[in-house]
Amino acid sequence: MTALAHRPVPAPYAFAQSPCGGLEMEIMGAALRMRASGALFDLAHRALIVADLHFEKGSAYGMRGQFLPPYDTRDTLDRLEAEVAALSPRVVIFLGDSFHDGRAEDRLSPDDAARLVALAQGRTLIWLVGNHDAEGPQRLPGQVVDTMPLGPLVLRHEPESGEQPGELSGHLHPCARVSSGRGTVRRRCFATDGTRMILPAFGAYAGGLNLKDAAFTGLFCRPPLAGALGRDRVHAVGWRSLTGD
Amino acid sequence: MAEDAALPADLLPAAFADWFATRGWAPRTHQLEMVARARAGRDALLIAPTGGGKTLAGFLPSLIELAQRPPANTPRGIHTLYISPLKALAVDVERNLATPIREMGLSIVAESRTGDTGAARRQRQRVKPPDILLTTPEQLALFCAWEGARAYFEDLSCIILDEIHTLHSTKRGDLLALDIARLQTFSPDLRRVGLSATVDDPDVIRRWMGFHGGDGAPPPVDLVLGPAGTPAIVDVLLSEGRVPWAGHTAQHAMAEVYEVIRKAKTALVFVNTRFQAEFAFQELWRLNEDALPIALHHGSLAAEQRRKVEAAMARGELRAVVCTSTLDLGIDWGDVDLVIQLASPKGASRMVQRIGRANHRMDEASRALFVPANRFEMLECQAAREAIAENRFDGDPPRVGALDILAQHIMGCACSEPFDALALYDEIRTSGPYRALAWEDFELVVDFVSTGGYALRAYDRFRRIVKGQDGLWRARNAETILRHRLNVGAILSPAVLSVRLAGRGGRAGRKIGEVEEGYLEALEPGDTFIFAGQVWRLMGVTALDVLVSPAPSSDPKMPSWGGSKFALSTFLAKRVRELMFDQSHWAVLPADVREWLELQRDRSLIPAEDEMLVETFPRGKRHFMVCYPFEGRLAHTTLAMLMTRRLERMGAAPLGFVCNDYALAVWSLNPMDGVDLDTLFHQDMLGDDLEDWLAESYMMKRAFKGCAILAGLIERRFPGAEKSGRQITFSADLVYDVLRRHEPDHLLLRCARDDAATGLIDVARVGHMLARIQGKIRHAVLDHLSPFSVPMLLEIGKERVPGAAGEMILAEAAEDLIAEASS
Repeated sequence: MTALAHRPVPAPYAFAQSPCGGLEMEIMGAALRMRASGALFDLAHRALIVADLHFEKGSAYGMRGQFLPPYDTRDTLDRLEAEVAALSPRVVIFLGDSFHDGRAEDRLSPDDAARLVALAQGRTLIWLVGNHDAEGPQRLPGQVVDTMPLGPLVLRHEPESGEQPGELSGHLHPCARVSSGRGTVRRRCFATDGTRMILPAFGAYAGGLNLKDAAFTGLFCRPPLAGALGRDRVHAVGWRSLTGD
Repeated sequence: MAEDAALPADLLPAAFADWFATRGWAPRTHQLEMVARARAGRDALLIAPTGGGKTLAGFLPSLIELAQRPPANTPRGIHTLYISPLKALAVDVERNLATPIREMGLSIVAESRTGDTGAARRQRQRVKPPDILLTTPEQLALFCAWEGARAYFEDLSCIILDEIHTLHSTKRGDLLALDIARLQTFSPDLRRVGLSATVDDPDVIRRWMGFHGGDGAPPPVDLVLGPAGTPAIVDVLLSEGRVPWAGHTAQHAMAEVYEVIRKAKTALVFVNTRFQAEFAFQELWRLNEDALPIALHHGSLAAEQRRKVEAAMARGELRAVVCTSTLDLGIDWGDVDLVIQLASPKGASRMVQRIGRANHRMDEASRALFVPANRFEMLECQAAREAIAENRFDGDPPRVGALDILAQHIMGCACSEPFDALALYDEIRTSGPYRALAWEDFELVVDFVSTGGYALRAYDRFRRIVKGQDGLWRARNAETILRHRLNVGAILSPAVLSVRLAGRGGRAGRKIGEVEEGYLEALEPGDTFIFAGQVWRLMGVTALDVLVSPAPSSDPKMPSWGGSKFALSTFLAKRVRELMFDQSHWAVLPADVREWLELQRDRSLIPAEDEMLVETFPRGKRHFMVCYPFEGRLAHTTLAMLMTRRLERMGAAPLGFVCNDYALAVWSLNPMDGVDLDTLFHQDMLGDDLEDWLAESYMMKRAFKGCAILAGLIERRFPGAEKSGRQITFSADLVYDVLRRHEPDHLLLRCARDDAATGLIDVARVGHMLARIQGKIRHAVLDHLSPFSVPMLLEIGKERVPGAAGEMILAEAAEDLIAEASS
């Protein structure tokens, strides 16, 4: 054998495509399904986990005179409701930055607020706080927390530096960019090294940060796998297929 | 036009007559005519070829008025405003005006103002306006958004619009037309003067220039025609080698082109794409045994590098410049005596413009040489040559002003002073492009500017413009105004990356040039490519830089630069079809092209001018359908996208398609001989099929982004501002998706659709074509490919074949195909 044998070679990533187009893998023994919508489903707890919804980002720009279409909250809710209808989760967990700013909850249209209330019927909503919404929602149903455990996992908004086995987080809005001779695609993605996972942003107007960006350095114990969001499925993309912006 | 209608003898004051005399010139009829029109207070459009003293004719009335102006107690405002589409041209005209002003001892101040003008001069110009100000449409839009614009321009008596033929059919032209209407309100006696190269239909420009005469009035702008100029001598290179079946590089003719350059004083070598420019430059230098100074000029080179080439050209140090449309317009270079057009001319008007770059003197003919790169281009070059000889040109359809530009203008008006909606509406309709603007659309745009114009009234509290108690609309606050000023203009520049030498440790070194975002997308690190005349290896791409290292001896993998942005003009396409059908006309063509046409006639058929030929034939395990609409690559691509959808439904199982300016080929698993062509090409193709495809297409997203920026929904990004925190900004694509899902009828989606339909996919042209060929489709069912189809099949899969290996594969494939078609 060559010298290579001395270096610990990590096992290849173990994942499976689920019939719904999702990508299933285990983290610290917890069975998780990455959904093409960008939501994560914890099968044991029937928990639907979404990150960085940035409700009312459009109206935050609108207040400053830049009139982005005021439909981002509605659009995000459409997709969230579809996931709830498809999976019937017992609990919906928001991984922080659910609101674009501290006053965003006040700007929710009555319609959109009512939809969030309806979402809490028959299930629990848990709002982790993020840097954009440090107080969490004040009037909407659900529980506001900083971090929370979920079986062997720990959930928080912003990934902590160093190795964090079992952590699920958001905040960074990971994006995968893949180039081929026929062109380039840039898509939101899950990012995981098999011990922790960073979720893509779920909000309609949330931008993305390339997984090759320095902000991701040091977070993974080996080159991460990207679960890139396709139209109806999540594509497992290896590190070597990714390019920077 | 009565050229010799008696002009009053005293048109020119003595000082001016003397000045002409000392120069040894006689004032030309059209110059005097312009003076007479001005004296009568008439607006005028002067159409004259290059070198006819056109600029002086435009300025002469103003110089006379200024020279005769009595002294005033108080400083006066600007007398004459000159608008040029190019910064460099404004500066050049400033220099040229200085001569008569100095030599006649006139006390007239003429100054330019462009984006490059220093802050001190700009400030001074604002406080103490020059008599003549030379500037660009973008600067004028900024002026009009100033507080105090009305007072600044109240003395304005003349506006001169130079090279107007390049502006009137664009969004820049829309913005300019609106600003002219504004100026006319500030100074009701303002006289408009247009200067244009020869165009197909001067009335289109006359109507664009103004409408303030009211409904039903004859065109309010007088037409003055300059002398016809000496006809250009245009030759088509009938290569000694055979004309290739396909390809766009004209490689076969490079040795002959080099010989022609060697015999000329200075040559401009025009090509259609940056790739062709790099390729031709490379080839010419390979042949350049005499080490002639031959330079390269295209839009991806660094600005300072382009300036260097232009300066060397102006000093007469160069023998040839290989260039793209970047040199279509610009300052005069007296020494250019030959214009070479490599590959397809695309349109007659553009060619006349390019040919006009040679020999800026009226009495000598300009010389031009067309070098076709393939057989269809040989037909196109002949057709263009004949059109130019007959003085026939492509027509621009009259322009309907874009609503995103209108939004920008309305915001600008509010930044300048409070406005009354009805008065502004009336003013806007005096501008050509907006003369038919409906009040409902105007209201929509005002609401868009104010609140974003959404059905969900989310922003009524944050209005950008607010209607006051007095019924007037005002900008919300100083911040809103400042933000608008940073976003003025109708030019959209794609994000650019710098190409830099890779330094040690992956750091960026010296800058070599700039490329547009997405330009090197198909390349991987380690790949080689030609740029700025040299071969480079791509080392990596960072946020703002493309890092490269020299790879002098490598065989470059040339990135496809994409096709030309110019489509084959409808007019020229028609002439090509005529030439093709008229067998008595074939004598002008070289023997091999003639044989090719004869072969096509015998083995398939040659359609009449108003017919469209469709061929179907099997080849290998595939079935092919090739049709020949001659409507340009853009329209063909759109048509092919829609056709393949239909063929899919008809069960043909289409696999792919390829398009060029003349034809398109679709291949499929199942035979298409039995396809009902009338159904396939029915006009309802532009209904649901188009909508479905368009909604998802990247072209709509691109168009939307452009409209959103021009209308002020998305702000322009400035270099350096986007380095960090990409996840906290938003992308235009996300906004597009959300808006399309929730308010598909929104004004900006309408704008984007119109833009995509005209510019990016040429729907209008597809529509005209479908109407044209109703009942006129000629179907040739063949057992094998036809001579005409060979160039199309050679295009298949061409884009991604690297280097010499690819050339070999192609060459072999080409020989096989040609043998097959001729057998």
